[in-house]
Amino acid sequence: MNVEQISIFLENKPGKLEFVTRVLKDAGINIRALCLADTTDFGILRLIVNDIDTAEKALQENGFTVRRTPVVAVEVPDRPGGFHSIVAVLQKKNITVEYTYAFVDRSGENALIIFRFDRTEEAIEVLKESGITVLPGERVYRL
Amino acid sequence: MIFNEEFETLPREALEALQLKRLQQVTERVYHTVGFYRKAFDKAGIKPDDIRRLEDLRKLPFTEKQDLRDNYPFGLFAAPMTSIVRLHASSGTTGKATVVGYTKRDIETWAELMARSFVAAGLTKNDMIHNAYGYGLFTGGLGAHYGAERLGASVIPISGGNTRRQIMILQDFGPTAICCTPSYALYLAEQGEEMGVDMRSLKLRVGVLGAEPWTERMREEIEDKLNIMALDIYGLSEVIGPGVSIECTEGRQGLHVFEDHFIVEVINPVTGETVPNGEPGELVFTTLTKEAFPLIRYRTRDLSRLMREPCRCGRTHVRMDRVTGRSDDMLIIRGVNVFPSQIEAILLRIEGLEPHYEMIVDREGSLDTLEIRVEVGEELFSDEVRKMQEIERRISKDIKEYLGVTAAVRLVQAKGLTRFEGKAQRVIDRRKI
Repeated sequence: MNVEQISIFLENKPGKLEFVTRVLKDAGINIRALCLADTTDFGILRLIVNDIDTAEKALQENGFTVRRTPVVAVEVPDRPGGFHSIVAVLQKKNITVEYTYAFVDRSGENALIIFRFDRTEEAIEVLKESGITVLPGERVYRL
Repeated sequence: MIFNEEFETLPREALEALQLKRLQQVTERVYHTVGFYRKAFDKAGIKPDDIRRLEDLRKLPFTEKQDLRDNYPFGLFAAPMTSIVRLHASSGTTGKATVVGYTKRDIETWAELMARSFVAAGLTKNDMIHNAYGYGLFTGGLGAHYGAERLGASVIPISGGNTRRQIMILQDFGPTAICCTPSYALYLAEQGEEMGVDMRSLKLRVGVLGAEPWTERMREEIEDKLNIMALDIYGLSEVIGPGVSIECTEGRQGLHVFEDHFIVEVINPVTGETVPNGEPGELVFTTLTKEAFPLIRYRTRDLSRLMREPCRCGRTHVRMDRVTGRSDDMLIIRGVNVFPSQIEAILLRIEGLEPHYEMIVDREGSLDTLEIRVEVGEELFSDEVRKMQEIERRISKDIKEYLGVTAAVRLVQAKGLTRFEGKAQRVIDRRKI
C-alpha cells in the first residue's frame, strides 16, 4: 500500500530549483505532488512522480543526492474536518507524523494527503481499521 | 620598569654562561628520566656530556609536536605525578591532545615570567587586570592570572565569552589593563560602540594581547578604538604557556624572549639548519628550568626571526619578531589552535559521512569564523529536515567540545566541492591579517 516518494537534496543557491525541475522536464517526468522543506542553507524537495525509476536515474546522472522513501497517501473528503478526522485517528493510536502535505485531486471531490510516518506499516493498518481510504501507489502515480 | 632587574639585564656573557649551565643540567636530567629523550639522544649519538658549549645544542635532535602526541598523555614528563601540581592540554581529539604538566616550581617560574611580561607592558601592582583569556585546560587564563597575582595587581578572572557582561565590568570596575586575543579586543571595542559605550574613555590603558598572529595595522586599530597601548605577548603551552616572550613599552619592536629560562633558535623549516642571524625561519625552543615537562629543541612551526641588537629598555634578552605565519597547516581561530586533521577526525566519525569537506576560515568584523562544508551523499541524506539538522548540530557540537571552536556547518550537494588530484586543499583561509 506504500507510495514511493523521491526526495532530493537541494542547496539553497540560486538556480538549483530551476535545474532540478529542468532535469525532470527533460526526462519527461510528470510531478503529481510536491513539498519543499527548507532551512537557511539547504532544502529537501519531496516529489511524487509518474515514473520514479526514470526520475531517480535522471537526477542521479545530474549529480543530485536522492532517496526513495515510503509514504502513505490517504483520500479524504474535501470539506471542513476532513484532515482532522485522519489526524485524530493517528493521535489516538500514538502514531507520529514526520511530515505531511496535501493536494486536491482533479475531480475536486477529494483531497489527497501524503503522510510520512516513522512506522509506516502500522500506520496503514490503523488507518484502514478506521475505514479511511489508503491509496495504492499505482493510483497516485496515475492521477 | 623591569620586574627582575638582575636576570632580565644580565650581561650577555653571564647570561650565556647561565644558559650553558642550565642546558647541561636539563639534558642530563631528560636523558636519565625520559625514555623518549634517551632513545633520541642515543640515536643521534650524543650524550649529555657532549654539551660543552652553547653551540653544542645544535647536535641535539629536534622534538616535534608528533612526539608529544605519540607520548600522550604523560610520556614526556620528567617528574613523578606526586610532584606535579597542574596539568594543561591543547585542544585535540582523544589521544591527539598534547598534555603538559607543572611542578610547584614550574608554576612559580611561569608566574614570574608573566609578571615580568606585565611589567614590560608598563603595569604595576596598582593596576587592575581584566583577564579575558579562557580559563581551563588552555594555558592563557591561568597563566595570566598567576602572573597578575604575582605582580600584586588586582585581577578580574572574567575568562572568555559573555561580551556584554565584559563590557559592563570594563565600565563599572574600571580595569586599567586587558588580556585577550587581539581579535577579541577589537570585538569588544565594536560591541561596546554598538551598545553606545564610549570605549575610548574607559580606564583601560594597556592591552597585553596574544595567542594569535596579528599585524601592525590591527594594533593601530585596537589602540585607536580602545585608547590603549597594545603589546604583543607570545607563548605556547608546550614551552610553558603565555610569557615566553613579550614586547616592551620602550622598544615595541620585537618580543624579548626570557632567555634565562629558554633558548630560542631559528631554523630553516625544510633543512632544519640554523639560519644566519636575523634571517626568517621557524622558532625552536629549549626549556632550561622546567621540571615537569622539559622540552629539547621543540619545533614550534611558528615563523619569525631574531633581533640581537640591544634594546633601549635595558633588557639584554634577544627579541623575536612578531610571528608572521606557520610552517605547517595549523590554523589559529579566535586564539584556539586547530589542525585540519583534527576536524577531519571528527567528521569521519560520523557514520555515512563521505570524506569530502572544506573548511573556510574568514573574519567577520574582528572575529574569526569557521565554516565547515560537508557533502551530503546518499547514505547521509534523509528526507526529514530534522535528521539533516541533527547531523549539522552534531558536527558543530563535536567540534566545539573537542576543539573548543565554534563552527557553522553547511551541508552541500554531493560532488559540490572541488576535487583534487593529489593533495587536497581543504582549507580556505580568507582572512586578511
